[in-house]
Amino acid sequence: MPNKLAVIGDKDSVLAFKAVGVEVFDATTAEQAASQLKKLTAERYAVVFIAESLAEQIPELLAKAKLQAYPAVVPIPTGRQPSGFGMQGIKSDVEKAIGVDILFNKEDKQ
Amino acid sequence: MAVMNVNPTRMEMKRLQGRLKTATRGHKLLKDKTDEMIRRFIDLAEQNKRLREQTEQELCSALNAFAEARAVTDARVVDEAILMPSRKVELVCSKRKVMGIDVPSMQINDSGGELYPYSFLTVTAKLDDSLRGLNNVLLRLVELAETEKTCNMLAEEIEKNKRRVNALENIMIPQLTETIRYIKMKLDESERAATVRLMKVKDIIGK
Repeated sequence: MPNKLAVIGDKDSVLAFKAVGVEVFDATTAEQAASQLKKLTAERYAVVFIAESLAEQIPELLAKAKLQAYPAVVPIPTGRQPSGFGMQGIKSDVEKAIGVDILFNKEDKQ
Repeated sequence: MAVMNVNPTRMEMKRLQGRLKTATRGHKLLKDKTDEMIRRFIDLAEQNKRLREQTEQELCSALNAFAEARAVTDARVVDEAILMPSRKVELVCSKRKVMGIDVPSMQINDSGGELYPYSFLTVTAKLDDSLRGLNNVLLRLVELAETEKTCNMLAEEIEKNKRRVNALENIMIPQLTETIRYIKMKLDESERAATVRLMKVKDIIGK
């Protein structure tokens, strides 16, 4: 069973993860991120956190990663504010499963 | 709906009736399965959303504090301070079955160790805040990863299942019903033809 944690992102923003014991992989461009992600998928990583800004640029790899149990690829915000890309992922899941987005619409009405 | 290309025989009809029965039963079962999956999915998706909202905020503030620490102190000093972390987190992973699909189940296994592996003399206190925040949020991040993955896989499965239900409901079942009806009509027709033929023969003999 995979048991390792990793984070992919530009070094400046994700270096902090190193201190808490998560392995950090530096990537600043979409190509680098894609190749890192491919490499980590083949190894024993259970969770790969990836910076939102990079995740946005490699949607097809993320879609592929969704189909297997491991690793779980999770976009995380690294800037000052969450960009909403992660929420977008939940939204598209709900839309896929139910047809309409009931979680987020509900909020708008309130 | 198009009638299947079959011989209109009694045997064929029997076979198709069997298939129709199985299809109807399968359709009902699959539909029930979809309902249950959607029920679970909604719970999970809500949980997922809640977790994400919480963690995103916390994570952002922790990472911002880290960026500030790097700005206040020399970035190289900070980098050096955390270059050799004394902590190492590992996950204990297993697979769990949710509605027949394998989803990950993870538990974080903290090896302990000092959270601040540096001398407090050279590094700003901002870094301490940042690391403390990050350490707290990490647990929740793993939980988020688990929930999000489960949601992803469940959504995929629901979509697949829906397609199966639709295929049964709109193609398979009508096609089978139609074909059975066609065979039945053909058989009835030939039966009538046989009766009429017999009557005619009897008539001719009687004359």
